[in-house]
Amino acid sequence: MDIKENKELVLGLYKKMLLCRKFEENVQYYFSLGMIHGTTHLSIGEEGTAAGTCSALEETDQIFVTHRGHSDVICKGIDINKMMAEIFAKETGICHGKGGSMHIADLEKGIMGANGIVGGGIPLSLGNAFANKHFKNNKVTVCFFGDGATNEGAFHESMNLASVWNLPIIFVCVNNTYGMSTHISKVMKITDIEKRGEAYGIPSVSVDGNDCLKVYETVKKAREYVASGKGPILVVENTYRISGHSKSDGNLYRTKDEINEWKERCPIRFLKSKIIESKVATKEDLKLLDDEASQIIDDAVEFALKSPLPNVADIYNGLYSE
Amino acid sequence: MSKSEITYANAINQAISEEMRKDDTVFMLGEDIGVYGGAFGVSVGMVEEFSEKRIIDTPISETAIVGLAIGAAMNGMRPIVEIMFSDFITVCFDMIVNQAAKIKYMFGGVPKLPFVLRTAAGCGTGAAAQHSQSLEALLCHIPGLKVVVPSTPYDAKGLLKAAIHDNNPVIFLEQKKLYRTKGFVPDEDYEIELGKADIKREGSDATIITYGRMVLTSLAAAETLSKEGINVEVIDLRTLIPLDKETLIESIKKTKHCIIVHEAVKTGGFGAEISAMLTESEAFFYLDAPIIRLGAYDIPVPFSPILEQAAVPDEEKICEAVRKSLS
Repeated sequence: MDIKENKELVLGLYKKMLLCRKFEENVQYYFSLGMIHGTTHLSIGEEGTAAGTCSALEETDQIFVTHRGHSDVICKGIDINKMMAEIFAKETGICHGKGGSMHIADLEKGIMGANGIVGGGIPLSLGNAFANKHFKNNKVTVCFFGDGATNEGAFHESMNLASVWNLPIIFVCVNNTYGMSTHISKVMKITDIEKRGEAYGIPSVSVDGNDCLKVYETVKKAREYVASGKGPILVVENTYRISGHSKSDGNLYRTKDEINEWKERCPIRFLKSKIIESKVATKEDLKLLDDEASQIIDDAVEFALKSPLPNVADIYNGLYSE
Repeated sequence: MSKSEITYANAINQAISEEMRKDDTVFMLGEDIGVYGGAFGVSVGMVEEFSEKRIIDTPISETAIVGLAIGAAMNGMRPIVEIMFSDFITVCFDMIVNQAAKIKYMFGGVPKLPFVLRTAAGCGTGAAAQHSQSLEALLCHIPGLKVVVPSTPYDAKGLLKAAIHDNNPVIFLEQKKLYRTKGFVPDEDYEIELGKADIKREGSDATIITYGRMVLTSLAAAETLSKEGINVEVIDLRTLIPLDKETLIESIKKTKHCIIVHEAVKTGGFGAEISAMLTESEAFFYLDAPIIRLGAYDIPVPFSPILEQAAVPDEEKICEAVRKSLS
């Protein structure tokens, strides 16, 4: 991609990644203070996959995300205040405090929900795509999952069914090479995940997930393919989770050197250097974007902190539909 | 009011077909439901009328197909899934328990999930341990689901229509031994509200609370007992969730004797819930005898017919239980 010709897009991607990073750093901070309750699964280091993928979609497209889905939903355009309030367990949260970090959803924004079960969202994405095909609305469904999910039966059943029914889905495997603490090489004989797509007759590509522009270009093409009615596609986005798995992670399964090596390959830093090199923007311009992103997140924290707790009288609300 | 005599299987077929004619977002998917007509013949003739686009044969992938139904329901359709034997819900339990039942609540009450999971439950066909279970208690333990068990063609058709119109996940537990039983259904459109029990036989001396195939067995027992001068009320729950507590409590207040009968194993069965609910209610003060629960022995369903029949309540066991309650 010619960065100069796509200045707005590139700066947009950069800002989205900053929003994701700052959002999660704040979550981490308030968690450490005991002001956020429960658990959180951060995607620090993986922002290139979220920003690149979601920016390549149409606004009406729909995504299914995982327990590590903060960045994906931010990049799909969720109301950040309501999302932060949800994580702070407040009534004003996007799910009124009923879901929390692992169950963020906003159907109107095409965010069909984060899923706490590894691989659990993949079968749901089939039906979403089936309905879109029925309604002939040209919406594309994107289903995010991790490398770990590709060892679940739900993944294999879904790949097979999506393929044989030609469903309009982009399967996005965010391969961060660890299922919690277990390295991919311990649990897969063949670690090229795109081969798992090929096995079901699904065209599959892999891309450097820390290169946000490459992710964007790859998903853009994938979207064109899927929207043309040719069936599903698998995009494997190779990346790395710099943050621990969750609050309980002591990082005993990997070395500091390994983490530091990937910090050097941070997707935000990578895009920043490309922007500066190509003279699309100056350091000062980027500092302004950084400040804007910080302000948005600070406002979200303030909104969340000021918001009321859920009312216990509403505890049954939302269980059944009329 | 004109009516026709049809089988329980036909009633289910009619309910789905009539709704599919009215609403093109209703479709059915499942294993071998197309040309084959479904393992129990429920969907015979449907693929010819509605085409393979709406009566859809699937891979043997219960997780994928139930997940597909949930996703399609979230996105504006009204899917019906057939799971061939209710035992197979255990291989897609994540989709039922963690997804279908919880999506609306954990996503802040926003999504609607209008889908029906139909499946064939119960023993008596010689299919042994993995094709004969009655697993309704597992499902009733999961808030967010509705659980329906019809016992007659009339109820099957009316309840299934209500289930299709409902905006929640409804598990519709068809009774495989009842598919060929016959009964009258009105020729005009009707539906039966979920959550309403039906007094299948009125009586004053004792109440049998039951559902599914055991409704027929209980009615036969009530007939036998009537010859002994015992006048038994038989209540068919029809839907377990939501449960029509009021009808049960009122009946116990009247008869003062309660016998609960189901085909599922006794321990942790839905009968335990009904019994507990009644003893926690005002009905407790009216009881003249302890509540009696009849369920299957706490074993997997055995194969040999003599063992299979012995394991579940039958007419004689029900009669004995009523006599014991009244003695």
